[in-house]
Amino acid sequence: MLNYLLRRILLTIPLALGVVFIVTISFDLIPGDPAALILGEFATPQAVAELRTSLGLDRPLLVRYVAYVGDILQGDLGRSIRDRRPVTAILSETFPYTVQLALAAIVLVLIVGIPLGLLAASRPGSWIDNVIRVTSLAGLSMPVFWTGLVFIVIFSVNLRWFPVSGTGTWRHLVLPAVTLALPSIAVVARMTRATVLEVLREDFIRTARAKGVGETSLLYKHTLRNALIPVVTVLGLQLGQMLGGAVLTETVFAWPGVGRLTVFAIFNRDFVLMQGLVLVLAMVYVFVNLLVDLSYGLIDPRVAYS
Amino acid sequence: MSLAAAPQAPAAGATRRNDVWRRFRRNTLGMIGAVIVIVMVLMAVFAPYLAPNDPASQDLRARRTAPNVQYLLGTDEFGRDILSRIIYGARASLVVAVTSVAIGLTLGSFLGALAGYLGGLVDGVVMRTMDLFLAFPYLLLAIIIVSALGPGLQNTIFAIAVWTIPAFARVARSAVLQLKERDFVTAAKSLGAKEARVMRVHLLPNFGSTLLVYASLYLAYAILMESALSFLGLGVQPPTASWAGMIASGRNYITSAPHIATIPGIAIAIAVLGFNLLGDGLRDAYDPRTVKR
Repeated sequence: MLNYLLRRILLTIPLALGVVFIVTISFDLIPGDPAALILGEFATPQAVAELRTSLGLDRPLLVRYVAYVGDILQGDLGRSIRDRRPVTAILSETFPYTVQLALAAIVLVLIVGIPLGLLAASRPGSWIDNVIRVTSLAGLSMPVFWTGLVFIVIFSVNLRWFPVSGTGTWRHLVLPAVTLALPSIAVVARMTRATVLEVLREDFIRTARAKGVGETSLLYKHTLRNALIPVVTVLGLQLGQMLGGAVLTETVFAWPGVGRLTVFAIFNRDFVLMQGLVLVLAMVYVFVNLLVDLSYGLIDPRVAYS
Repeated sequence: MSLAAAPQAPAAGATRRNDVWRRFRRNTLGMIGAVIVIVMVLMAVFAPYLAPNDPASQDLRARRTAPNVQYLLGTDEFGRDILSRIIYGARASLVVAVTSVAIGLTLGSFLGALAGYLGGLVDGVVMRTMDLFLAFPYLLLAIIIVSALGPGLQNTIFAIAVWTIPAFARVARSAVLQLKERDFVTAAKSLGAKEARVMRVHLLPNFGSTLLVYASLYLAYAILMESALSFLGLGVQPPTASWAGMIASGRNYITSAPHIATIPGIAIAIAVLGFNLLGDGLRDAYDPRTVKR
């Protein structure tokens, strides 16, 4: 068990190094001179050269890479090109908002998605099953930014129940959280339905049924726990995606989290801020996935960590 | 998985295809998906004949008008006909989705099949690289690529293609791993078939169906991804008519003329739903075991 834990954690190190590498070469992908791009067309050649040096762009890729890894290990992600503040400071201001939004959304996914999937699986082929299947597919098919706008039109502009954008009260959180949760609810409901149906076909369920265990107890006691592993995986992936930048939802609702910050960084050509953001978001995503993997043993003691 | 889960050995092609079509035809949702996809393709191809108006012409006396008899879906902030722009917008979405998935499928399944077939070091290098791409939240990877290379149609296609490669690589790899030990492959090899021929004649047809199902589902994701990038201003650029671009510019009039931003979203949702339904239907038709009971 401990062995497995250690190995699984060690395995994320090359992944992290790879992520840093991709972030480093993203500077080289930029056509032309990034420094000139950042400063705009009226910059003096001198200023451009200075910025190049301060960004380290005059050094070869590998040197830059090693230096960057060193900086990261010291908790230094550089300074934003635009307002000269440390990227870590900017992140610590914005990230809590993203966490707040993601947690609210994932709670919604838990309390709506799993029951919907169970309901559909308890009566496969029935009208309720069909309704849940089609609506969840529809939920998956709607672009998030569009659902957000439709919610604003209905609930903010017309009904005036919730504010259009911004933060502050719980009312501000409702529409963004629901918008962010919708596609994930659909994914989790579909997954729950599929795995529950799969488990229901297993021998031990037939045995339990033959013993005279009631259908309700069968579904909740015998099936659900066994169906949880794939569902937890999907939940974890969804949470990772949400923490990894609810870019669209945050943009639509002007929610001051890292997702919207990423968009700002792109349009301000703030490459340093952008690199820092991408790095942190990818690492959060990798870390959440690691936690999901490790949680398997808690849900199903039979999972052998070998 | 039990024995029944093993993929079918190459049956007589025509019979199997008939079976698949028969099963697919009985699947109402799958058929609805197919119809949506066909309509979308027709819309894109025959846009100039179907659109009631020029998508670029501006009627300055009829700006931001709600849906009416003259303009069935209303006009946008420049007085352009929304219906015509939606019909033309099918082109941008389809071109991006089809091209990027085609590139991702070709490269991904080639890399995956190679990794599965050769194993060893090649396998390790290819699949670890794929893991690296999967370490990024999906939209973020596309955003990095497009913002580094610059916004636009080509780079959008490239970004989405890169994002689809790992999925196709995994599908192809696991299929090849499953198939390469099977008797008909051994038989072909012992008869002296070359590696390339074994791959092309004996392996590809057997996981082609899985790839097709994935391609359909990834076309759905690709449309969503393209619309996300275009909404952020990174994807298809104006004045080209794109559904998400219409939403992005209509956003400024969300209180006074909400139809500008909301109507194009319905087009996106229907298109994505179409490919999702088609993919689900194809999966059920190819693989009767998964049919909901």
